[in-house]
Amino acid sequence: MNWLAWKMLTGDRTKYLGIVFGVAFGTLLIAQQASIFVGLMRRTSSQIIDITSADIWVMDQRQRNVDDIRPMPDSRLGRVRGVTGVEWAVRLSKSMIRVRTLAGDFTQAILVGVDDGSFTGAPLEMLQGQHSDLRRPDGVILDFDGYRQLFPGEPVRVGRVLDMNDRRAVVVGICRVTPPFQTFPVIYTRYSQAVQFMPPQRNTLSFILAKAEPGRQPQELSQRISQQTGLKALTWDEFFWLNIGYYIENTGIPVNFGITVTLGFIVGGAIAGQTFYLFTLENLRQFGSLKAMGVTNLRLIGMILLQASIVGIMGYGIGLGASALFFELTERSGQADLRGMWVPWQVAVIAAGAVGLIIVLSSLLSLRRVLVLEPAMVFR
Amino acid sequence: MVLHSEVPEDRARGTEDHRSGSSAAETAVYCRGVTKEFGTGEAKVRALRGIDVDIPYGRMTLLVGPSGCGKTTLISIMAGLLDPTAGEVSLLGCDLRSLSGSRLVQFRAENIGFVFQQYNLLPSLTAVENAAVPLIIRGVRRSLAIERAMALMTEVGLRERAQALPAQLSGGQQQRVAIARALVHEPRLLVCDEPTAALDAQSGRTVMNLIRRVTVRSDRAVIVVTHDSRVFDLGDRIIAMSDGLIDNHQREAP
Repeated sequence: MNWLAWKMLTGDRTKYLGIVFGVAFGTLLIAQQASIFVGLMRRTSSQIIDITSADIWVMDQRQRNVDDIRPMPDSRLGRVRGVTGVEWAVRLSKSMIRVRTLAGDFTQAILVGVDDGSFTGAPLEMLQGQHSDLRRPDGVILDFDGYRQLFPGEPVRVGRVLDMNDRRAVVVGICRVTPPFQTFPVIYTRYSQAVQFMPPQRNTLSFILAKAEPGRQPQELSQRISQQTGLKALTWDEFFWLNIGYYIENTGIPVNFGITVTLGFIVGGAIAGQTFYLFTLENLRQFGSLKAMGVTNLRLIGMILLQASIVGIMGYGIGLGASALFFELTERSGQADLRGMWVPWQVAVIAAGAVGLIIVLSSLLSLRRVLVLEPAMVFR
Repeated sequence: MVLHSEVPEDRARGTEDHRSGSSAAETAVYCRGVTKEFGTGEAKVRALRGIDVDIPYGRMTLLVGPSGCGKTTLISIMAGLLDPTAGEVSLLGCDLRSLSGSRLVQFRAENIGFVFQQYNLLPSLTAVENAAVPLIIRGVRRSLAIERAMALMTEVGLRERAQALPAQLSGGQQQRVAIARALVHEPRLLVCDEPTAALDAQSGRTVMNLIRRVTVRSDRAVIVVTHDSRVFDLGDRIIAMSDGLIDNHQREAP
């Protein structure tokens, strides 16, 4: 009977492909848009993602995300270091700065000041140069995408000179970072050097990065830091999700993507469901004949569910494959807009659930028609 | 194969209707006081008004009458596709009331073959695959089912067109495939609904002759619903209906 179900399904090629297309379209829209949403949300936390050596981020009590920074006095570092259970704690500054090339091109950039001694907070993946090059006078490390923004079409090499707030900076390294939400260049330098680049201000300490002693739970230590210093101390996970939560709550991004994903579900579901229902309607006489000839309702349910599963799996595979291909092509094209985005497995699972729902709803309509079908109708 | 002209004794036995005392065991289909009502209240329609009829083995029985007289309802009940509102129906010696839903479906799958007015072939299957469907429904291995279906295709004269899709066949050829499909599982009751209605006169006669030639056997009953008077002479027995009742003048074909 499975063979019969398959032959019936593929016999009407137009409808068969129409149903597969509907499911594939829905899957593509759901998976692609949801993946971009997840990618964008990850980008809001790009600086958090790129610093993995610290267990705990310490910041001003009122700070709600990684961008809206309330600088602290440097003395706060000593307080954190004084908390029992802290193995080490270092300074990190983060600010926006205007960068200009010698050719006169300029842009806003994210300036990250990392610990002078340990370079904690420096980028993980170096394409040219190394962290220790930051010790050179005016040395900065520029991210690859930022380099291409500042020096479009030019060979990637260290030694380029930048102007940052009327101060000379020399690119001593090129790195790869998680693309930031604003797609600005990311520039790393030593904390003491970053302070020189920044506009004059009373406080410059954005974050204190801390590491728990071996055997200490970061969660427990972060609570202790908060209690003893009056600062906000969060584990890596907590800060990552706090930051994402801020963007979800305070921007229209989730609503916009949610609408697109919902539309993908509705449109894909409507195309697939309607075509599948039409397919069933047009085959009602055949289903009636099969009933008359001795096919039980249970077997008919099995046939329809098999048909629905086939188009569901095919459509899902095509849609998900197209989404993956989209991100692969954008990655290869070198465009920073969507670089570093992919289809997370959670999105693939959600899309599978959505397709499953589309298929179940489509099948229910068809099943209802077939189950109430009187076999005697074949004589009418 | 038992031909019309070769079965005078069977025919004589088949002319015995209920008034002469035939029983459920002796006939393929045995109906007593069968009524069927559709709808309720003022919309209620009495399609059958107490039908007493027997369908004998070894004969081709024609069920004739004008549109709306209840022919289709009666064969639906005889084939176990429709429950009567009242009355007794015995099919191949089995009281249909004793069969539950799934057992009745299985009973149909094993014992009844259908030929429909619109053929009802599956458009995506080849002719021989269509003919094999009843065996596949019964769980016979596909290759074996198609092998047996091919034998029937030969018998109905369509061996050369066995791999054609229904859309590539003429109406008469499609009906011959439908006949092969109806016979492939060797049913004991064959129910044909207006098998010539969609065909021209010559094709219709060819199909009816084919039904006579390949379906009528001493252990099988054949019921053909038709209002095509041009083929009345091919039946062994004619039962005329009107307004939900059997006309008194059931008659043997000449």
